[in-house]
Amino acid sequence: MKKKRLVTRTIILAVLALAVGYTLYANLNKESNKKIVIGKPAPDFVLVDMEGNKHRLSDYKGQGVFINFWATWCKPCEREMPYIENQYQQFKDQGVQVLAIDSSESELVVNKFVARHGLNFPVMIDRGEVQAAYGINPLPITFLVDKEGIVVKSHTGELDEDTVREFMEQIKP
Amino acid sequence: MVQLSSNFLFAAFILYLVGILFFGGAIKDKRHADKNAPNRWAKIGILVTIAGFLSQLTFFILRWIASGHAPVSNLFEFTTFFGMSLVGAFIVLYFMYKTPLLGMFTLPVAALIIAYGSMFPREVTPLIPALQSYWLHIHVTTTAIGQAILAVSFAAALIYLVKSVDQTKKSKSTLWLEVVLFGLVSTLGFVLVSSYFAATDYSANFNYINKEGQPATEEYTIPALVGPHQYELTDKNRLEPLFETPAIISAKKLNTVIWSFAAGILLYILFRLILRKRIAAALQPWTKNINLDLVDEISYRSVLIGFPVFTLGGLIFAMIWAQIAWTRFWGWDPKEVWALITWLFYAAFLHLRLSKGWHGEKSAWLAVIGFIIIMFNLVAVNLVIAGLHSYAGS
Amino acid sequence: MNEVKCECGHVNPHGTILCESCGRVLEEKEKEKQLLDMRYEGSARRSQTYNKTIIDKVWNFFSSVKVGVWLIVITLVASSLGTIFPQEMYIPPLMPPGQYYEEQYGWLGKLYYELGFHNLYSSWWYLLLIASIGVSLVICSLDRVIPLHRALNKQRVSRHESYLKRQRLYSVSESALTDDAVGKIKQKLSAKRYKLREENGDILAEKNRFSRWGPYVNHVGLIIFLIGGMLRFVPGMYVDEILWLREGETKAIPGTDGQYYLKNNAFIFEVYDKEKDDEVFQDAINKVGTVVKNYQTDATLYKRAGEIVPGEKPELEEIRDQSIQVNKPLKVDGFALYQVDYKLNEMSKMSFNLENKETGEQFGGVTLDLYEPDMEYDLGNGYRVEVMSYFPDFEFNADGEPATKSRIPNNPAFIFKMFTPDKPEGEVSFVAIRQNIEPLGDNDYKMTFNGVETKNVTALTVRKDLTLWIIGLGGLIFMIGVIQGAYWNHRRLWIRKIDNQIWTAAHTNKNWHGLKRELEMVFADTGIKAPEDQLVEEKKD
Repeated sequence: MKKKRLVTRTIILAVLALAVGYTLYANLNKESNKKIVIGKPAPDFVLVDMEGNKHRLSDYKGQGVFINFWATWCKPCEREMPYIENQYQQFKDQGVQVLAIDSSESELVVNKFVARHGLNFPVMIDRGEVQAAYGINPLPITFLVDKEGIVVKSHTGELDEDTVREFMEQIKP
Repeated sequence: MVQLSSNFLFAAFILYLVGILFFGGAIKDKRHADKNAPNRWAKIGILVTIAGFLSQLTFFILRWIASGHAPVSNLFEFTTFFGMSLVGAFIVLYFMYKTPLLGMFTLPVAALIIAYGSMFPREVTPLIPALQSYWLHIHVTTTAIGQAILAVSFAAALIYLVKSVDQTKKSKSTLWLEVVLFGLVSTLGFVLVSSYFAATDYSANFNYINKEGQPATEEYTIPALVGPHQYELTDKNRLEPLFETPAIISAKKLNTVIWSFAAGILLYILFRLILRKRIAAALQPWTKNINLDLVDEISYRSVLIGFPVFTLGGLIFAMIWAQIAWTRFWGWDPKEVWALITWLFYAAFLHLRLSKGWHGEKSAWLAVIGFIIIMFNLVAVNLVIAGLHSYAGS
Repeated sequence: MNEVKCECGHVNPHGTILCESCGRVLEEKEKEKQLLDMRYEGSARRSQTYNKTIIDKVWNFFSSVKVGVWLIVITLVASSLGTIFPQEMYIPPLMPPGQYYEEQYGWLGKLYYELGFHNLYSSWWYLLLIASIGVSLVICSLDRVIPLHRALNKQRVSRHESYLKRQRLYSVSESALTDDAVGKIKQKLSAKRYKLREENGDILAEKNRFSRWGPYVNHVGLIIFLIGGMLRFVPGMYVDEILWLREGETKAIPGTDGQYYLKNNAFIFEVYDKEKDDEVFQDAINKVGTVVKNYQTDATLYKRAGEIVPGEKPELEEIRDQSIQVNKPLKVDGFALYQVDYKLNEMSKMSFNLENKETGEQFGGVTLDLYEPDMEYDLGNGYRVEVMSYFPDFEFNADGEPATKSRIPNNPAFIFKMFTPDKPEGEVSFVAIRQNIEPLGDNDYKMTFNGVETKNVTALTVRKDLTLWIIGLGGLIFMIGVIQGAYWNHRRLWIRKIDNQIWTAAHTNKNWHGLKRELEMVFADTGIKAPEDQLVEEKKD
């Protein structure tokens, strides 16, 4: 009887403690409640680049994909572009694709930007849907997708050239 | 029609004052010392009170018809409705307990609340989009009624304290009781000061620098004892302020508070000089024949009756409407938080009474504190703490 | 187990104060009191009796009403602290919050921010307080409802003298209990909806026992409510997104995974008009200036057909047209879209004319779509304009170069290259609002401003909250419980014949006044005294 009561009490207290613990944990981590989970497949998307070519993420199975979200008005985005361009030249023949997705700007502005920086990788404009699917908030943000289509890394903020190289090395098939 | 309705409000106010006199007479009348049956004075008192209530109800209905929405959309309308609900709650409890003394304490509080509310702009205001919902009527009226019933417990608690606190010697209890009564006196002070300067059309305009560093203007309707930040008085023959406030303090509101306190202190000193004893001590003989247990029970029962009504109006209906109008049922807006605080307080009150056996004087003090919280939510949260409900403050 | 056996033969759990069956006082301390403490019927609160392990200690801590009241009071005080200054979510997002609090409220504001009070209600310690109240609710209720239920179920009709004598309402009459009197009393009690039980000529009348369960029912409601609040943190239960939509624009509704699209046909902003609206509002409008009457988005809702791949041009099926107003959200599939914000007159198109500076002759105009301007505009006859650069939200950056702050056309600026038959190599002109700069020397031609078109933008909050029904259910149960406990009261009356005397005693959990009046009526004209209030007699002495 006494033992039974102890067991009941322990169970009730444990359930309550779990509930409270979970709530506190979830509350602390609510900022980082992301759409993208590392180790899970990257959401598929289709976008048309500035040359008019259609790119579908799932078509790049077998290659590593370096996805960069950016905008022309974003200074850090502009600074990292040359590094991405340089490394793209190194890795494009080793099975690494770069997809640079602009955040809802006009074609004119993006085209001028591409021309000014001499970018050769596919640049495309998203009207919001892909950004929503990837839960984009601050720019720039970079996602690394491996040859299986799995997100292996995400990075928010500016990249230096070494990091870009390291990233591409990481997803090289 | 609005003018006509205002006359009914005024009539109601006068009737409440007359009601107080009759209830006072009922207590002083020695011929019918028999406690069970109310005497003739009390009967007339309650009839006058009901007449006042009906008159105010007429005001409410006429104003509703004139404006097309329930007149509970600004501070004047809400406060007068709260006063009316208080009278209504008293009438109900009077028929349950037949105590004229309750009228002698409730009606002055109600009259004071109505007078206080009448100091705010009385124009019929059109509804902003957030208020255009039938939940306005449901939420606001239920909350006001709940708070009014809870306020009756304050009146009963006051009776309890006036009777039970030993006035023959100075103590913490006598001090705090005087502080509570002083609060009522300064409200009266505020009403008198505002009415006097409104009647004389006082107006003084200032240019000043607001907290954003921009030039701004302010119109004072009572003489400025404190002026706004870097003020410049633009009217002639008006009182020059004695002080200037930093930009982050609203000088006009502070000025009103200072006037109310000053008038309150003057009135209080005047009362003390006339009575030659504490106000509570002067009131004590009136409570001679009342049974403390009965008053305690009235106070407790009004909390029991009022608490569910307040929960329904102030929290549940409030949440439903907030979900519809503001996209979420709870947003930690100051008014919401203070409704929660009120609710938590009365929850604590009930637990202390039920489980800890806090009866009598302790319970009476709690009822007083509860009323202070309600008034704080009505006055300070609207006027001082800005929030989503602040449209109700103008 | 140290169970307590009462003289009447009933075996009570350890810690019982009043015998569950006959009411005899079992605890020595209680015997000295003139009136019994009837809380929980004198039953043994479970927690008090065991205090061995750490589990028992934690349990006992939360089982105390004193602890519960302290938790309520601490929460109450903590909540009030958060209203001193506005919470972070209510301040304008113009600058870092720390800076804002300091600028607005001085050092107090700074302290407020540093203590974390700007986000008080989502701080870990505030949540912990609320959670502790939840734990206290569960344990307090469990610990009391079971023994109380036991005590009320086990109660015998004939209560012990010591029990009757110590009830607040109690009397002894020196008369015999005639059948006539008994019949009268029983009949009146039944009419008052009392349930009667009889044993050996003794009577127990009882009514509204269910009101004793009110507190526990409302606690269950509160617990359900808190569970609902907790579930909000579970992913997928709660969506809170914002959708900015220009007039004419169609966008996917965020949070719906691209399933639903919304088109903004028009955004309407209305203020009350002194002339047109009801005359009674005139004074108020004169005093305040403008009062807003309506915010409204005329929207069309679409559902996306086929496979959903973000970025792919969607195939949309129209569902319906609806006007979204404050207080009138658009609802679809568990989502609700609320009118929450707007921006009037955002620039959408800008027109310029190509003009010869000297003669003032014009060679045609261009109209630029500020969201999607063309690269080049051919005006015919050898006149053409090329857009070299476009800055939707123009500023000079730190290096003194023209740049854009964002993609929103708040302050559009262009660098044009104007080609004319007499200047085939082109002239460069920088054009911004009220600015016309010629960076590469004097030009013969210029772009003159020729009007602007604007559009309104609406902001809608997208909300899904799957916890609402749980919260609502909790609220409903709470209300039922609180009404059950507050508006009814549990009344009991005992009548016993002891040595040619009639003993009566009565108890209620509240509203003694009502019970006394009821009993006076019941005992009128029966020759038996109604139970009298021992508290009042005490005071008279």
